Amino acid sequence: MSARLRYGAIVVALALLATLPLWMGNSYYINITSQILLFAVFALALNVLVGYAGLVSLGHAGLFAVAGYSGALLLQAGFDHLTATAAAIGITLVASAIFAALSLRSTGIGFLMITLALGQIVWGVAYRWASLTNGDNGVNVSTRPAPFGVSLAGATSFYFATLIVFLLALLTMAIFVRSPFGASLRGTRDQARRMTALGYNVWLIRFLAIVFSGFWTGVSGLLFIYYNQFISPQVAALTSSAEVLLMVISGGTATLFGPIAGAAIVVIMKNVVSAYIERWNLVLGVIFVLIITFMPEGLVPGSVRLLRWLWQTLQSRSGASATRPSEELKP
Amino acid sequence: MTALAVDNLCKHFGGLRVTTNVNLTVEPGERRLIIGPNGAGKTTLFNLITGEIAPDSGSIRLFGRDVTRVSSHRRPHLGLARTYQIITLFANDSILRNVTLALLGLSPLRWSLFKDLEQQQAVIERAHAALARVGLGNIADRPLSQTSYGERRRVEIAMALAQDPKVLLLDEPFAGLSIDERRDVRQLLNAIPREVTVVMIEHNMDVALDWAERITLLHFGEVIVEGTRAEVVANPRTREVYLGH
Repeated sequence: MSARLRYGAIVVALALLATLPLWMGNSYYINITSQILLFAVFALALNVLVGYAGLVSLGHAGLFAVAGYSGALLLQAGFDHLTATAAAIGITLVASAIFAALSLRSTGIGFLMITLALGQIVWGVAYRWASLTNGDNGVNVSTRPAPFGVSLAGATSFYFATLIVFLLALLTMAIFVRSPFGASLRGTRDQARRMTALGYNVWLIRFLAIVFSGFWTGVSGLLFIYYNQFISPQVAALTSSAEVLLMVISGGTATLFGPIAGAAIVVIMKNVVSAYIERWNLVLGVIFVLIITFMPEGLVPGSVRLLRWLWQTLQSRSGASATRPSEELKP
Repeated sequence: MTALAVDNLCKHFGGLRVTTNVNLTVEPGERRLIIGPNGAGKTTLFNLITGEIAPDSGSIRLFGRDVTRVSSHRRPHLGLARTYQIITLFANDSILRNVTLALLGLSPLRWSLFKDLEQQQAVIERAHAALARVGLGNIADRPLSQTSYGERRRVEIAMALAQDPKVLLLDEPFAGLSIDERRDVRQLLNAIPREVTVVMIEHNMDVALDWAERITLLHFGEVIVEGTRAEVVANPRTREVYLGH
């Protein structure tokens, strides 16, 4: 049942996403969905580290901003879109490698503190090195690209471009999770000592995971500047790093769909709920407290657990089989 | 050529000397038992040999090759495998996945990002074979969390054997086992082919005495007695420091 249900849910979700501009109508909501998708790519990238490597980074907004600023500044300098984005990804990969080399001197809290410091350095550069980054005024991105002659200037075309990138990211993650490298990475999370004794180079595996995560972080950073057509130091701030970390944790770490759900919650709160409730941060906080209290494993795995429990309860109510109902409710 | 040669190895943690001028020469195919009371430095010696901790001085050679400066994760590729006294397994995975990870550790496949691990038939078949060897073939797909302590001990041994090591270090493989389980593990160890050199740590001398060909007695980080089984048992210092009276 559960495998078919899973495939069914995926097909329905894909169909909804593919036809969204048809039934959503309002371009404001189409833009919100684009935003959810681009932040979902960001959260998926961070989940490689938080979920599968067991390395909690509080500096990922730094890498996101490195990609965004590189792209924006190169475009402003007159490079074409292809050159600018390719170079921005290259710069982000180098930055990720530097991040990795410095932060992997430690794990756990030490890793978190070093990434936090590195993220703050990027923020500092963006904010204070005004001759390069234009400081607090930020950098404008005057045009969106037109890949294969399709202009992404409109909300709908940009949405579809974002959707394609998002699906590519999701596919890569699905392949990564099932790959031998994915198994190696999870091994270093669970038993680093044992992995070394089995012949794995734990440091190198983690290093490559950070660069892999950095790649998709860079892609999402570029989507972000094309979406907003603007970047400012706020993007690199600690709150941005914390926000994407919350997306991953609230949705469910080490799951494929958790980070996507987390991105949806945060983006909807920020954009939609904030229009009705001034203190939307309070609502967001309450939602996180509820998630942590009732679904400590995250929204997606928690919901699956609740649904399974509900399903079993209903089945045992309907008579025939006396299954054990409440056992799985415990977190 | 000796399989494992430890030469004048020293290690101290602060003021505590845990390994003092330890010399150890193990011939290919030998069954060596290292005994000693708690805190004698037995596990530290293993950690030094596998490179998990670095020695202060001295050298370690594997089949003539100096590995003292070779990093810990390279040594399994040179034919060194170990088990842990405190069971160190992947608790969230199946038994099969545990052994698969052991095989993957020595395979270039471990870097592959674009293959499906579940589809790697060759590796999975070898993992099944390794589990059959320790009598766990029928429960290969069971999650590790649903196995008994004795079964986990055997998973530890299966993982080490799956790597086809030349030198196998067993850290108290009988610890915490019932009499029946001990007998099973004992049969397992007897079935290890002679090409494999085996060094075993055992705290309890009686358990593995008749398994060993040569015995090394450690006490406060020093080799006190070394010789054949009969020599070590007969030595008065063994009685003094180990048997306690």
